[in-house]
Amino acid sequence: MAVNMGNVMGIIFANMNESVINEITKNRTMGSVLFGGRYRLIDFPLSNMANSGVDEVAVITKENYQSLLDHLGSAREWDLARKKGGLHILPPFGHVEAGLYRGRLEALYGGISFLKASRADYVILADCDVVANVDFKPIVNAHVDSGADITIVTHTGLYTNEEASSSTIIQTDESGRVCDVLHKPNMAGECTACLNMFVMKMEFLIQLLEDGNARGYFSFERDVLQRKVNELNIRTYEYDGYFSKIHDMRSFVKANTDLIDPENAKKLYLQDRPIYTKIRDNAPSKYDLNCIVKSSLIADGCIIEGEVENSVIFRGVKIGKGAKVKNSILMQDTVIGDNAVINNIVADKDVTVADNRMLSGSEEFPLYIGKGASV
Amino acid sequence: MTMFNKKECVAMLLAGGQGSRLYALTQSVAKPAVPFGAKYRIIDFPLSNCINSGIDTVGVLTQYQPLVLNEYIGNGQPWDLDRIHGGVHVLPPYQKASGSDWYSGTANAIYQNISFMDRYDPEYVIILSGDHIYKMDYDKMLTYHKQNNAACTIAVIDVPLEEASRFGIMFARDDGEIYDFVEKPKEPKSTLASMGIYIFTYSKLKEYLIANENDKDATKDFGNNIIPALLANNERVWAYRFDGYWKDVGTIDSLWEANMDLINPKIPIDLYDPDWKIYSRNPVMPPQSIGKNAAVQNSVVTEGCYIDGSVEFSMISNGVTIEEGAIVLDSILMPGCVIKKNAKIEYAIVGENSVIEENAQVGSRPENVENRDEWGIAVVGHNLTVSSGSYIKPKQIISQSI
Repeated sequence: MAVNMGNVMGIIFANMNESVINEITKNRTMGSVLFGGRYRLIDFPLSNMANSGVDEVAVITKENYQSLLDHLGSAREWDLARKKGGLHILPPFGHVEAGLYRGRLEALYGGISFLKASRADYVILADCDVVANVDFKPIVNAHVDSGADITIVTHTGLYTNEEASSSTIIQTDESGRVCDVLHKPNMAGECTACLNMFVMKMEFLIQLLEDGNARGYFSFERDVLQRKVNELNIRTYEYDGYFSKIHDMRSFVKANTDLIDPENAKKLYLQDRPIYTKIRDNAPSKYDLNCIVKSSLIADGCIIEGEVENSVIFRGVKIGKGAKVKNSILMQDTVIGDNAVINNIVADKDVTVADNRMLSGSEEFPLYIGKGASV
Repeated sequence: MTMFNKKECVAMLLAGGQGSRLYALTQSVAKPAVPFGAKYRIIDFPLSNCINSGIDTVGVLTQYQPLVLNEYIGNGQPWDLDRIHGGVHVLPPYQKASGSDWYSGTANAIYQNISFMDRYDPEYVIILSGDHIYKMDYDKMLTYHKQNNAACTIAVIDVPLEEASRFGIMFARDDGEIYDFVEKPKEPKSTLASMGIYIFTYSKLKEYLIANENDKDATKDFGNNIIPALLANNERVWAYRFDGYWKDVGTIDSLWEANMDLINPKIPIDLYDPDWKIYSRNPVMPPQSIGKNAAVQNSVVTEGCYIDGSVEFSMISNGVTIEEGAIVLDSILMPGCVIKKNAKIEYAIVGENSVIEENAQVGSRPENVENRDEWGIAVVGHNLTVSSGSYIKPKQIISQSI
């Protein structure tokens, strides 16, 4: 039976996994990390939920969430400025004795009164480290049909050691029930990885939280998925669409530059399920007389007078005359001076690179320039 | 009935005209809803000017093909005009107990909405039109109006003498007071052209609108009736000189030129000024993707485009696809159109969602045409297909697929 998505609440963890790119998350949450020329990472789970018919979403924050609040506003851009439901931001709540939460369970327990007051029957939990266009409707339906306690959204494929050791790896028995959960294992090869999206009943989640609080449990992966793997009926839902999982700076760069290939972009930016973001009302981008732009993504509000290749250029960036930008990611309002040459750079917001400067990172280790820096 | 909040100044935007000189481009949409400047529609300019000037109550008078325009304006949120009091209101003609009438002229359209203006009890009303591209601070004009204690202030701009016969021409004394006015004179003797922007002291406006309505011979038009009547009665009518960029986009040529002006660094209209943004309804699309075979120069491009061909001196709107080998020169591509492989677009306007198939050609450079009189901008209307290998000649306008 099809579930009415109006009875499903989305919960997004804005801070989870932010240590994987701690340079970029120094002053912001994982959810507010800039991505793909005009987005922030939270736009993906939030748009996915909105497009799936979820009309009540809670965003759980921890630290440094000012930029996130600024980005989300009233959530009108995601069509979540609603009378019934809509967006709720749940900052850390006082009664977790340790202060800031240590894991998903504690974070959720901080908002337990909000969860208890909700009329939703089901919840979808999601992090901000996976860039994907996910329709949650079939996932919630599969969860209900299978009778599982928890459904984990997974992807099966070949994983490098780096990828596997930053993921939760799932093993299932013949019946499809999860029989083993390895959290950040040292392994490689074909495996089934958790995409940090979970579906369960609201009532069940509240039970888990109360039980977890009573026993001092805080980690959803270790204290629920691993500890209760035999006790609970945990199942997987295999996601076979396009996605990128961000687990370090290199994978962050790759997740961005992969979208330069129009075939990849077509799989992520679906016409019937658009990815929404905050609107900046930039003018369109201007390509000047002698500019050369190839294999790149350019957002609005840019003025390009130099050369750009294999790069992702965010809103409001200026690239001066004779400048050469290659294999780089230039975030919002960055200015590259005349005749500057940059290669394998990740420039955060409002970076200024002076005229004639040469800056280069490598493919393995892109050079990151912090927000507002002048080079 | 007066609403709770009085508004000092209410804007009335005339957006009902057909814009028949844009031919295929206004066959199914009203002129103010015609796409402009890659990510805008013409009406974004007056609406953004209103909010940037501190006017938060705008009536948009619609009549001709209003569907696209109505949907575009919506609740006014993109222009910050979704307000508890005021905001933007679409005002089509409506049926009254006394009967029902289409808007039969600019003055009649405003007359039919006196009850709308009355609700805000305004001191002043500014009348705007939906077919000009410009950035203007109406608040400065209002201050000027108040300083002169005028009944009506008309924004004017200096135009070249040879173009003056296309405009309403004002004669003003040195202090700015207008003493004569001629609508589209054959032999113009002044170069002060009316920009079609009027500020009225509301009590005067109402008085003259009612008198005009009762005059059976009147054409119910501001230029033909209301302004001459004010002058005939020695009312205080003042000219407010504007010296910024202002362009009427009522014809194919002027629409094309105004778009090209945005590419020209010598033309003083800055859309990048953070203090005077031009707002528009956002199409929700990913950034523009420039392919490995692309060459884009001297052009303006916006979100959702995929470009793998060559583009020069052109205006590329949201969601346009230009495939490998296609050439786009000195042209305007409206939202969603597709230029297939090796197709060629030169000095042309391609309407929304139209598809130009492989090897087709639309328009041509002036130097490739022997008889210059036969040269002009080629136009493909909205939602059409130009089949593979076909040729749309310069100056040709098509409103059906070929």
